[in-house]
Amino acid sequence: MLQTVSVPGPVGPAGALGETTIVAYRFMLRARLLDEKFAALYRAGKIHGGVFLGRGQEALSAAIGVSLQKTDVFAPLIRDAAGRLAFGEPMLDAVRTYFGSALGPMRGRDGNVHRGRPQAGLLPMISHLGAMVSVVNGILFARRFKGISGTVGAACLGEGATSTGSFHEALNQAAVEKLPLVLIVANNQYSYSTPNSRQFACANLTDKAVGYGATAHSVDGTDLAACLTTLGAAVAAARAGNGPQLVVANLLRLCGHGEHDDAGYILPELKHSPLGRDCLKLAEEYLLQQKLADAAQLAVWRSEALREIEDIVAQVQREPVPDPFAEEWSAIASQHLNETNKA
Amino acid sequence: MNNITYLEAIREAQAHALREDPRVFIYGQDVGSFGGAFKATKNLAKEYPGRVFDAPISEDAMIGLAVGAAIEGLRPVIEMQFADFSTVGFNQIVNQAATLFWRTQVSCPITVRLPFGGTSGSGPFHSQCLEAIYAHYPGLVVLTPATVEDAYAMLLAAVALDDPVIFCEHKLLYYHLKAESLPREALPIGKARIAREGRDLTVVTYSAMVHEALAAAEELATEGWQIEVVDLRSIKPLDTDTVMASVARTGRLLCVGEAWPWGGVTAEIIARVASEGYGLLDAPPQRLNAKDTPVPYHPNLWAAHRPTARSVAAAARNILRH
Repeated sequence: MLQTVSVPGPVGPAGALGETTIVAYRFMLRARLLDEKFAALYRAGKIHGGVFLGRGQEALSAAIGVSLQKTDVFAPLIRDAAGRLAFGEPMLDAVRTYFGSALGPMRGRDGNVHRGRPQAGLLPMISHLGAMVSVVNGILFARRFKGISGTVGAACLGEGATSTGSFHEALNQAAVEKLPLVLIVANNQYSYSTPNSRQFACANLTDKAVGYGATAHSVDGTDLAACLTTLGAAVAAARAGNGPQLVVANLLRLCGHGEHDDAGYILPELKHSPLGRDCLKLAEEYLLQQKLADAAQLAVWRSEALREIEDIVAQVQREPVPDPFAEEWSAIASQHLNETNKA
Repeated sequence: MNNITYLEAIREAQAHALREDPRVFIYGQDVGSFGGAFKATKNLAKEYPGRVFDAPISEDAMIGLAVGAAIEGLRPVIEMQFADFSTVGFNQIVNQAATLFWRTQVSCPITVRLPFGGTSGSGPFHSQCLEAIYAHYPGLVVLTPATVEDAYAMLLAAVALDDPVIFCEHKLLYYHLKAESLPREALPIGKARIAREGRDLTVVTYSAMVHEALAAAEELATEGWQIEVVDLRSIKPLDTDTVMASVARTGRLLCVGEAWPWGGVTAEIIARVASEGYGLLDAPPQRLNAKDTPVPYHPNLWAAHRPTARSVAAAARNILRH
């Protein structure tokens, strides 16, 4: 069901890295433009509920997605539009879920970033942070139980989620079971409005890995090539049987928590620090410098992505919305046990 | 013979499930070679190698792992060492497991075994009855077997069900309740059972309180009253039809629960009977629950905290006098 892109991994020689960088950049670009479309639709009052952007996290997210294989497991978080596309989520799923289309994977029952296709390895997040990690563990555990080897599970969190009990329990569980888990922490400096100084007291979030018996990786989350190298290595290490890998990517959220949030609390000095650089612009500069693309090519990719997004949004806006009178109103699979239907 | 206990029935049901269904595995604290805190998984790790796993003390992650395994098509049975500790995994039960099917159309066949209910000296954190709070959430099936036969048959049914099941097994019944043999057939999930027939008053209850109600009925029989006892077996779904039919026969209703009173199972039954069967009632429906405090430690306090045959009989007399 999910589309996949074949990429060499782990990233090694310069040629392969260049090819992967182009692939990843295009996912970043499509995700950025898709996010901007959602933001515009939100401002126009066309989207119910919140809109959550990945601005500033696309390099990290795309690197996760392209480092995984089709048979792997991916539990993205709210700023992972790029990773979702790279893992193979159709853009149509994203647009349908934001609009609550009856034809989308969540059928209007859940919205925005709460979408996925569990049986294709793409898990739909619940809002409780850290809760998806042990679910990924469960899939990895089950694959091993069934004699299937070679699966990697990736779960995305922000630095705020490292304060939860779920994070602790799940990382410990993965280490005890020696599961091929890659836990990616996007340290974007703020959990909603709470700065890191009020979130954790360790010198570096990678320190946490030691206590669990996990391997730590740290990366500049604004640098696409670095993210590709680090994620490629972490995924390869997990796949090779080296147990859970904790990847901490340092970056800055270049937007509010959601589009309802003007993010006035983000300190100007952070915005002007290296953390505040726009990973998409850096990736474009890198492609130009490395002669992997020229300005004309970048413009073509951009216009292609914009047309794709406009076409999909136009399609979904014509699609049926959920009908409350046709809704089953049943939360269980065992229909014969449904009290509502009996009444 | 009278030689199979409620606890052994639970062990046997798990052995049967492991034997018959390769998708089943057991995960919980101390369930492996130790055989569980209550020995409900005694020897299963040895008899079914690679199928019974000790878990770290991580109730949240235990349920999360079960949900992931269920997505992969397995049928995990999770033992919470005590029902009380399931509150640590509450989020994963009510927000992850219970919403999965509704959100994604992917079913979540996990069985969460909760050794629950009061026993003398167990105190506030090893005695709780949590069936009502789980029943409150859409997406869960909540079972409360009162007999050895039901403990066996309903646990097998729970594992076979395509939904998350909260299986409330009463610790007080573990060793004392015995049967001659395991059942070959059973009522389906969602059907209540008439545990004792009567014409004067209906006591609706479940789990260990069925036995208090039956003892109360015996006592009241010596006074000439015929008490009907309905064993709900399943809290969710709730067999309103059987309750209503019984109230239609007796005209009087007493609901008994070991759980706390506020917003609980007894309140739900009275709400249903009052709204759907008001004309059937000859007296105001009443309920009897534990007191609205944490469960006390000392036997004197504990015995007064929970309903007993004596307090059930007293409550029934009040209704019968009406």
